Amino acid sequence: MSHSLEAYLILSALLFSIGTFGFLARRNAIAMLMSIELMLNAVNLAVIAFGAFTPQLQGHAALIALLVMAVAAAEATVGLAIVIAIYRNRRTALVDEFSSMRE
Amino acid sequence: MALPQTIPLLGWAWDDLLFLLLAGIMLGSAIFVVIGRDIVRSGLSMILAFAALAGIYVLAGAVIVAAAQVLIYIGAISVLILFAIMLTQTKAGPAELVFHRQAWAGALAAFGVAILLIISIINTDWPLRVAERLWSSTTDIALLLFGDALYVLALQVIAVLLTAAVVGGVFLAKREDEPDPGERQRANLDRLLPPPEAERP
Repeated sequence: MSHSLEAYLILSALLFSIGTFGFLARRNAIAMLMSIELMLNAVNLAVIAFGAFTPQLQGHAALIALLVMAVAAAEATVGLAIVIAIYRNRRTALVDEFSSMRE
Repeated sequence: MALPQTIPLLGWAWDDLLFLLLAGIMLGSAIFVVIGRDIVRSGLSMILAFAALAGIYVLAGAVIVAAAQVLIYIGAISVLILFAIMLTQTKAGPAELVFHRQAWAGALAAFGVAILLIISIINTDWPLRVAERLWSSTTDIALLLFGDALYVLALQVIAVLLTAAVVGGVFLAKREDEPDPGERQRANLDRLLPPPEAERP
């Protein structure tokens, strides 16, 4: 099982859809950011799986995964800073109460 | 004592068992991240999901990525997220609704994504199959990273992006009403120094 590409890809698909559900359903902005991290990890897992089963792509897969991690770190920094800045003004981290920003 | 080649009763290979175990831990804690009522516990459970994923990376032979996963995700991003959770928590937090009222639509969409992806994965005939586990060599990755002009460029762009993200994060999270340190120091100096001659009666 750990020698078949399908197992890794199905695991990655399940993790991605769990992240999708969290992003669409949670009210808390930080929980949405955590769901985004789960989705990024699912993509990384798929990339690593393809690299592991194609010898000439292995180094490229590891590098792409590392670059994705760096971008994820940047995204988490800015996203959490925005959530904290909004929390300071609105006293809530729930996205459905941010809607007054439209006015 | 040497372990037997396969698991005694089930006849599975050992790394299959390890894969199932890690996959189960990862999916279980990922589901808890998404449905957990207490967001601090969600954050802690996310660390567990990242750790299990690092184990799966090792099983897939990507050792350097597993190490980076532990350092970046478990070490940095999780701590950042836990700090943000603790800065934005209210007393009423755990008692509030976890999901939107339209969460069923999100569940439907996620289920659809999962079904679509799994059907396409199973129905594709992947020509890739290895019998032996390939361990990625760190030397090869380093040579590729600093030898290939494209990756060197990507590295520079990522460096600029990270710097911009840090500066932007500090700028966004900074309090606006607080005077900057230089101004505060000047105010203190003004209070300490005697007023200028002209203003003295």
